[in-house]
Amino acid sequence: MTQHKIQFSPVMRVRGLDLYYGTAQALFSVDMDIPKHQVTALIGPSGCGKSTFLRCLNRMNDLLGSVSIQGKIEMDDGTDIYDKHQDPIQLRRQVGMIFQKSNPFPKTIYENVVYGLRIAGVNDKKTLDQVVESSLTRAALWDEVKDRLDQSALGLSGGQMQRLCIARAVAVGPEILLMDEPCSALDPKSTAKIEDLILELRGKYTIVIVTHNMQQASRVSDYTGFFYEGKLIEFDRTQQIFTNPKNQQTEDYITGRFG
Amino acid sequence: MTIHLQKEIEKLKTMILSMSARVEKNFHDIAEAVVKVDVETAQRIIREEKEINSIELEVEEECLKCLALYQPVAVDLRLIVAILKINNELERINDFSVNAAERVLDLSGLAMESSPFDIRGMADKVGRMLSMSLDALINMDPQMAVEVCNLDDQVDEINKTIFQQVIAQLKAGSPQVEMLLLFSSISRYLERIADLASNIAEDVVYLVEGEIVRHQNLEGYDFHKGR
Repeated sequence: MTQHKIQFSPVMRVRGLDLYYGTAQALFSVDMDIPKHQVTALIGPSGCGKSTFLRCLNRMNDLLGSVSIQGKIEMDDGTDIYDKHQDPIQLRRQVGMIFQKSNPFPKTIYENVVYGLRIAGVNDKKTLDQVVESSLTRAALWDEVKDRLDQSALGLSGGQMQRLCIARAVAVGPEILLMDEPCSALDPKSTAKIEDLILELRGKYTIVIVTHNMQQASRVSDYTGFFYEGKLIEFDRTQQIFTNPKNQQTEDYITGRFG
Repeated sequence: MTIHLQKEIEKLKTMILSMSARVEKNFHDIAEAVVKVDVETAQRIIREEKEINSIELEVEEECLKCLALYQPVAVDLRLIVAILKINNELERINDFSVNAAERVLDLSGLAMESSPFDIRGMADKVGRMLSMSLDALINMDPQMAVEVCNLDDQVDEINKTIFQQVIAQLKAGSPQVEMLLLFSSISRYLERIADLASNIAEDVVYLVEGEIVRHQNLEGYDFHKGR
């Protein structure tokens, strides 16, 4: 892997990560430090392993029976997220995920935001009201929905639904937000809102975003990792990757010469 | 989309190479014309200035179009940025050739046997720098580009020497005040052209190495790109 000497404080350290779907290996010895309170974009052609890698970071792959993993992913406090004593539900509170297609529950806007808290046993109205306002504000949605919190989330526009999902993820107080192509189903205006939001959230949360849109990666991220055929080919500051990548494969991919 | 961008880039390369060929030819012609006080050549170079200016605008517009429409990155971005800058530097080199051509017209009215200074020697050095910087661009050769930058000090020295000689002759009460000032100007134009050739060379280093190397001594430059 090509990497410049870069210094940051990592919130997660991935070491020697191999992943198999059955017998087919999908990730090959990936090492990556995820920089704290920064935005990291993962790019690469379809099937390169970037979404698979993303899903490893909150053990979403556990839900697929055929997946096996070797290697280590450590949080900054030294805990290995794949340790047998680690509770995946607790982990997913710390490491939230936003998917390509927004997936609000068929409930009110309010109930969508507090869903995670209710599951955790929080039912105090005042606390929930505060979380709803702060989460929707953080997700840049409060002004648009504050007068209709009791209406169904399914009546929102696509962009609003995606921001609601971000609010729902933020409501449980995560450290890390994983985003798997969060804008690929949105129009340019909604995309711009999500991108603005990512830049707003940066500094408070660590964000890892998988995107096919390279301009998006260059606009919103501080660091970029390029995956190809299950390997992390290059990881560097985004500015470096997009002006002067060190690896020929990275250069060929981002300039559209393949992929 | 990338095929379109590559086609546009090929077009830009052709445009900048044709611009550089014309600017280089003008420079070599005016360098000769200064020594021979060749009025005809000087007039031609002054006449052609507008053409060079309009090529500069065309190249700039093409570069801006590529940036806006294709949002190039990596080597494509560096190439277009380098062309944008080199285009501007070539136009300014031609401006100095035109300035020198105007001084040739001024000199033609003076009774003078030959240049009292080593203008030919200086022009040869500057011409070599210009040719090398453009060869470096064509061949994407950062080593040659660094050599160009390292030659710049020699031209600065010659310019300084000529300036001191002019001052000395003026102090000594030379009656040829106008001629001395005209050659001092020409020496200054040549020195500026050498600076611009160095800028082109620095742009080539950026293009190939991805590192901005302006405002630094390039002696012993470490070509570290090595993939």
